[in-house]
Amino acid sequence: MTQPTPMIEVEGAAKRFTLHQQGGTVLPVMTGARLAVHPGECVALTGPSGTGKSTLMRMIYGNYLAAEGSVKVAGFEFNGARARDISRLRRETLGYVSQFLRVVPRVPCLDVVAEPLGALGVAPEEARQRAAGLLMRLNVPEALWTLSPLTFSGGEQQRVNIARGFVHPYPALLLDEPTASLDQANRAVVLDLIREAKTRGAAIVGIFHDAEARAEVCDRECDVSGFAPEAPVPPASDQASPVPVLPVSG
Amino acid sequence: MSGAALAMAAEDRPLLTVKGLTKRYGARIGCADVSFGLWPGEVLGIVGESGSGKTTLLRCLAGELDADEGRVDYEGAQGLHDVLALSEPERRRLMRTEWALVHQNPRDGLRMGVSAGANVGERLMAVGWRHYGRIRETAADWLGRVEIDPGRIDERPAAFSGGMQQRLQIARNLVTAPRLVLMDEPTGGLDVSVQARLLDLIRGLVRDLGLSAIVVTHDLAVVRLLADRLIVMQGGHVVEQGLTDQVLDDPQAPYTQLLVSSVLRV
Repeated sequence: MTQPTPMIEVEGAAKRFTLHQQGGTVLPVMTGARLAVHPGECVALTGPSGTGKSTLMRMIYGNYLAAEGSVKVAGFEFNGARARDISRLRRETLGYVSQFLRVVPRVPCLDVVAEPLGALGVAPEEARQRAAGLLMRLNVPEALWTLSPLTFSGGEQQRVNIARGFVHPYPALLLDEPTASLDQANRAVVLDLIREAKTRGAAIVGIFHDAEARAEVCDRECDVSGFAPEAPVPPASDQASPVPVLPVSG
Repeated sequence: MSGAALAMAAEDRPLLTVKGLTKRYGARIGCADVSFGLWPGEVLGIVGESGSGKTTLLRCLAGELDADEGRVDYEGAQGLHDVLALSEPERRRLMRTEWALVHQNPRDGLRMGVSAGANVGERLMAVGWRHYGRIRETAADWLGRVEIDPGRIDERPAAFSGGMQQRLQIARNLVTAPRLVLMDEPTGGLDVSVQARLLDLIRGLVRDLGLSAIVVTHDLAVVRLLADRLIVMQGGHVVEQGLTDQVLDDPQAPYTQLLVSSVLRV
């Protein structure tokens, strides 16, 4: 599929943490990040642990604020965006499979998976049917569908998370270790889901420690260690935050 | 509001617009210069520790306290209301029709001397329902929705557990399908399992009825699961606001960083 503008586009993005509890120390973790992912493409974020793969992914999802630069999904600029516009982008366009399942306790598995569709106005019956289809494909036993996934094993929770992330055909998808803690059969199902998403034109950014999985579904790699800040910034020299710093002893 | 803003799509119009809301208790600040918007279908969490002004803010909105300064505009079913300028009868009509206030202590929001059914039915009668059979039927239906056995419709709330009382209070408030629900620590003082049940209930009602809610709480785990957006208050001032997971995962203000790092795990 050819399209001139990327679905996911990061340009010159930097991330710094200002640690107010530690005398306002500024911790630069990323600078000059660049990434462009077109519809139908899957790009793997690579690099040793701690180099910022998850940081970059969170900047693309909008739960980390970029200190500078531009982060765009479907033409939507995160920098300076209103919270509710980000909410809408996530609801309609940008899916995210995180490593951890964060859901209201007691809500049945089937409803957890169907929820993103409900938020889009899909009728409950159809939403549940689509959710059931995915859970079946991901070999989550039907006997578990009425139970809260918080009681499930790690691998089962992972598959619930994946089902939730694939239940709506998001044009942009972020996958954080989608095949971790899965057996071979389920791993194959997830890789199929990723291939199908690419075929329908989704732009995907993924973190895969599983090198074989990465090789199977990813078109390119983006080594985030290239975005490491060159040298640490001296503490408290650059108070970018307009809020006053709490007095800290020492 | 500018002409351009008025020309925007209807769904882009806030349900509630709060500007510069200030409440002083003598020389002490209750809340100061609080401004925010709330859009239809949105859940806004207001967090902060005790004394941060979050409950004062909620009580000013609900008209239980008189604000000293500021303005609150509400886009009602019948047009725009300047909420702080409403007469007392107008305010009370609003509070029993389009708005609802869920108190932290269910005893403050329930009438303990009358039955569960009457507690729910009363709000219906206040908006003009007269047919006894229909009122009772609707009350029973709502007890079921908040997972109270409708067979207990004639019991008084005093016979219920704390969690059931809180659910009864929610039924009483939501039976008239309000458009805006204000909640003060709705899960405070409840067992964890009951909290979860209540969170699920509130989420479902927000989604199914399309209502908007402002939830005041000190519990970050509650807002993580319930709120679309967060306002963080400290010493009566708003120190940070934004998307819930952004504020919790990447807090910017010193106080928010302290708050987030003080909980075991959110």
